[in-house]
Amino acid sequence: MKFLVCISKAPDTTSKIDFTDNATKFNEAGIQYIINPYDEWYALVRALELKESSGGEVTIITVGPQADEPVMRKALAIGADKAVRINAEATDSGFVANQIADYAAKENFDIVLCGKETINYNSSQVPAMIAAHLDYPLISLATKLDINGSTATLQRDGAGGEETVEVQTPFVLSAAKGMAEQRIPNMKGIMAARTKPLEVIEPTGSDVHTQVVSYEMPSGKAECKYLEPDQMDQLVELLHTEAKVI
Amino acid sequence: MKALVFADSKDGSIVKSSFEAISYASKFASEVTVVTYAGVSDDQLSALGAYGAQKVIKASSLSDNDSQALTSLVCSVAQSEGSEAVVFSQDFTGKAVAGRVAVKLNAGLVSGAIDYPDTSSGFTVKKMAFSGKAFAHVKITSPIKVVSVLPNALGAENKGGSASVTEFSGQIEGSKVKITQSAQASSGGAAPLPEAELVVSAGRGLKGPENWGIVEDLANALGATTACSRPVADIGWRPHHEHVGQTGVAIRPNLYIAAGISGAIQHLAGVNGSKVIVVINTDPEAPFFKAADYGIVGDAFDVLPKLTEAVKKFKAS
Ligand SMILES: Cc1cc2nc3c(=O)[nH]c(=O)nc-3n(C[C@H](O)[C@H](O)[C@H](O)COP(=O)(O)OP(=O)(O)OC[C@H]3O[C@@H](n4cnc5c(N)ncnc54)[C@H](O)[C@@H]3O)c2cc1C
Repeated sequence: MKFLVCISKAPDTTSKIDFTDNATKFNEAGIQYIINPYDEWYALVRALELKESSGGEVTIITVGPQADEPVMRKALAIGADKAVRINAEATDSGFVANQIADYAAKENFDIVLCGKETINYNSSQVPAMIAAHLDYPLISLATKLDINGSTATLQRDGAGGEETVEVQTPFVLSAAKGMAEQRIPNMKGIMAARTKPLEVIEPTGSDVHTQVVSYEMPSGKAECKYLEPDQMDQLVELLHTEAKVI
Repeated sequence: MKALVFADSKDGSIVKSSFEAISYASKFASEVTVVTYAGVSDDQLSALGAYGAQKVIKASSLSDNDSQALTSLVCSVAQSEGSEAVVFSQDFTGKAVAGRVAVKLNAGLVSGAIDYPDTSSGFTVKKMAFSGKAFAHVKITSPIKVVSVLPNALGAENKGGSASVTEFSGQIEGSKVKITQSAQASSGGAAPLPEAELVVSAGRGLKGPENWGIVEDLANALGATTACSRPVADIGWRPHHEHVGQTGVAIRPNLYIAAGISGAIQHLAGVNGSKVIVVINTDPEAPFFKAADYGIVGDAFDVLPKLTEAVKKFKAS
């Protein structure tokens, strides 16, 4: 089975976010990048587990500049077999999905796995867009994945709770919590990652339909109002009359 | 501008986030058409007029929410109606379908909108970025715009009125995904977490899963949905779907009550869009108090039951 795992970088979760150039640019000074947790903990690890139990190959793909390669090496250290970098800034979800789909279309992957969203934009757009380009079914917000020949059984989150579904390969999924557990790369993996293939491909032409005009920081919170444990009637009153939420 | 809104339903009723999406479209579009699938009575569909729809098109032959089938339905209606904007709710179905529709219509998509589009120069939509630590204003430059609206961000305005209801007559692509076991009914009938207006959440300060009764009692008294911090879900005290934060569900309720949660940056990232935050913690230095509107320095085992009693008294009065 051939797995393609889409990997995005994301600022470390403890990063202080700030902007430059009149709030039009994300300030990267001092920012440590990690693999987007949903891509790493769930999509990548589950693909590796399935490869280990049923055979196959795991390729990771990133749309990004050369500066993203350390993050890609980490995915290789965790166990991916090879990496592909599309040499372009990931400025728009539509563009990223188009690039990944153009690559995937040539390589006949059985399963394309994405994290359900990035922790920088929480957009949840790329999986559905890749599926649209490839005309593959999409299992969105999948929490479990098992394969048996070309049939995959998945669980997914929906408005009514968890649903079990069956689908034939090839398909696309977006991975949510539950699918696998985080893996810490060991020394052997880190050494091996240095020599694993990392192919760089130039982007194909594709339209870009969105553009970030500016960023904004949330306005500061008003001071917290403190109440004593014995003032719960007052709290309820405040929630009703002052905050107007109940 | 002509807008098309996809409305989802559950157990025979249009979901609340779809009312919000229709209301959203009616703020910037002169004509609003709604497209939906099987399962909802014509009376209910006609009543969508109250939120700003003129016309509702339903596909009675389509009963499941597969992304390929729904995409073909939405795109077909968008084309026949000449829609210039397509609006979804950023809920479970919206996440699976909006991106697909955007690709097929060769359109730009902004997902998770938290404000109405600014049309003073083009079409610019505000959304959360960096897990709620900032906002981004994103301009859609394609002729057709696709927007998905964050549930519970803007509310739905009922202005009265009714819409015409017609049957969809085109072709719908078949689904390649077979549902072998449908969703288990969610517990207690509380709203699913991403849509909930009131949320009661607890963390490691509760000491063990056997102590969650006092959290559930408060949630029941309020009609709220329960949530938890990440370690609580990781050690299996609570189900994974209750985990909120940067790597869990990001929520934006009207009221978020957090008991025994320290307020780590990753937790705050998923909840700081809440309109009002109440924090209960034994430690006056807990970082969560900096993000709180109301704080109680105290033991959750003492405060939660007292708050539950106060809520019950208020509801009875
Ligand atoms: C990459 C990454 C991603 C993460 N993502 C998330 C995420 O999405 N969501 C998330 O929640 N966390 C996330 N975390 C974990 C986060 O850093 C914190 O460790 C976690 O939120 C702490 O959970 P907690 O507040 O329940 O527990 P603790 O930090 O242990 O806090 C317990 C709190 O309870 C208080 N307390 C103790 N007893 C009582 C009592 N009787 N009554 C009242 N208060 C009491 C204590 O004073 C303390 O403040 C992430 C971490 C990393 C590294």
